[in-house]
Amino acid sequence: MFQTARCTNQIVGPQYAPDIGYTASMSMPPYEEIEHTADLALRVRGRDLAELLRHAAEGMLDLSEAQPKPGETRSVHLDLHAPDDEQLLVMWLEELLYGMEMREVTYRDFEIQVLNGNRLVANMQELPLGSLAMHIKAVTFHDLRIIPTQEGLEATIVFDI
Amino acid sequence: MTNKQDFNRISPVLWELPTSFRQDMRVPVRIFASERLLEATLGDRSVVQAVNASTLPGVVGHVTVMPDVHQGYGFPIGGVAATRLSDGVISPGGIGYDINCGVRMLATSIRHEEIKPHLGDLAAALNAHCPSGVGVKGKLRLSGKQLDAVLRKGSKWTLEQGYATPEDVARTEENGSMQGADPSFLSPRAKERGRPQLGSLGAGNHFIELEIVEEIYHAEAAEAMGLQVGNVVLQIHCGSRGLGHQVCSDYVRELQGAVQRYGIQLPDRELVCAPLDSPEGKRYFGAMAAAANYAFANRQVLTHHARQAFEQALAGKVRNWDLHLVYDVAHNIGKFEEHQIDDKRVKVCVHRKGATRAFGPGFEGLPPEYRKLGQPVLVPGSMGTHSWVLLGTEQSMRQSFGSCAHGAGRVMSRSKAKRSIRGDKLFQEMQAEGIKVHAGSMPGLAEEAPQAYKDVDAVVQVVAEAGIARKVARVRPIAVIKG
Repeated sequence: MFQTARCTNQIVGPQYAPDIGYTASMSMPPYEEIEHTADLALRVRGRDLAELLRHAAEGMLDLSEAQPKPGETRSVHLDLHAPDDEQLLVMWLEELLYGMEMREVTYRDFEIQVLNGNRLVANMQELPLGSLAMHIKAVTFHDLRIIPTQEGLEATIVFDI
Repeated sequence: MTNKQDFNRISPVLWELPTSFRQDMRVPVRIFASERLLEATLGDRSVVQAVNASTLPGVVGHVTVMPDVHQGYGFPIGGVAATRLSDGVISPGGIGYDINCGVRMLATSIRHEEIKPHLGDLAAALNAHCPSGVGVKGKLRLSGKQLDAVLRKGSKWTLEQGYATPEDVARTEENGSMQGADPSFLSPRAKERGRPQLGSLGAGNHFIELEIVEEIYHAEAAEAMGLQVGNVVLQIHCGSRGLGHQVCSDYVRELQGAVQRYGIQLPDRELVCAPLDSPEGKRYFGAMAAAANYAFANRQVLTHHARQAFEQALAGKVRNWDLHLVYDVAHNIGKFEEHQIDDKRVKVCVHRKGATRAFGPGFEGLPPEYRKLGQPVLVPGSMGTHSWVLLGTEQSMRQSFGSCAHGAGRVMSRSKAKRSIRGDKLFQEMQAEGIKVHAGSMPGLAEEAPQAYKDVDAVVQVVAEAGIARKVARVRPIAVIKG
């Protein structure tokens, strides 16, 4: 599903640099970890679905403490379809987890568009994975609902670890 | 959320939440717990998740909850639900992502004092021979054909390849080979994830532990299992790695559509399911059974590596370094079994998520040396604490669909554990107690700290008092290897 273009870039320090501060037009953080007895839960917000998907990816990478290492950086393109928004969210995060495990990469600089309702078109940078503190096994559908809020959309995602 | 007052107390260690608690419940929820453990259980969403499981079509008897229960996703961890074959469903979320996560114990005749001078070398050799950590690969490189053979045959493949003894296979649940496994029901991505990972431990709460038998409670059973006070044993806890995770992810997604096609109403999308006799249900079962076989083979290949580590570290230094499998049990699995429900024998699919099969005496699937006694049940404690060997009982067949607890059960979130416990301090404390530790990371070690778990002795006391298991032996750790 990935299409890639290559470039070489030396990386120093954490590079995906998730925006963990408050966005200009939102009073709540883009994502925050929620207490869960055994697994991990992340509350994610966005002004629209595209932003929520970006914040979900950044939050998941932050939770797993994915750190890149110096090496080749590639521009990658991803195009996904799903029957509904929640399935699109799960598929999107699963694609990233798959890349992290099998290609040993991490990601940054997400540019996401949502087209025709449930089609996601993403462009991002793929970097060699240096270290990962938390292995996320899977993205679950447990109580997963993308709900409208005064500021946009919100969802709570439970990850199996 | 639920309160203690919502439950009917059936016995000092059994509580029932009746179907009147929530309109969509089809059967009651029964929790095995002391008053104190029940109160701990009410602190998270475990009971709500068990109530959700009780709404599955075709669910029979009651949803059983073990004393080590904690919040999961879909089912709680420590939940058992049986669905009728004739009109019931199968739910991937009721089995979990790490299909056939399980544990095995291997006995030795090595005395504690014999191993003391070599313990550091042995722990280092186990760490070197048994790959562990996040996304780690095993030493084997399987072709597509070889992987399909693993998926079809499980432990029997490892026997053919020289990684197992006939005794190993006989002392593994289902002889390490689930019927109905069909590799063609796995996605290419699941197989791609599985090919490099056979014979690897992974990370999280998976571990290899060296232990000493501290106390025997059932002499006849302990003798049959080769357990003797003061002797070294080895435990291995792991599952089906990325292959199993992918199978569950694939089918949870696929079945989102199936519930609409079959008109099934559910309180949680993670509980998606399909009728057992539907094409979707049969495909999932075939894929799940194949992933279970991969997990049996994974633990067996790790056993082979552990034997190599024992030989490397102990040959010529101790009298006998052989490792004999006591038993291997699954604790995330779906099984077709026959159980007594309201005076009738009923064929059901038992979903065990964070629960161990605990069949009583007389079960023909057990090797002859255990048939009179009952199935060995392994209950590992939290890191650095006791683990238990138990036996399944007649009572477990009547009360809990032949199931028992699977561990200590978490009470503290991983983030809270990392905030409140320092991994390096815990490492030093365990070393001071004489426990050798090889860990992938200090924060990872902190997450698994004993303070984050219930007291396994209290959990075992409940299952023993309820009669769903009998105590055989208690062991204490001397070395821990974790990813």
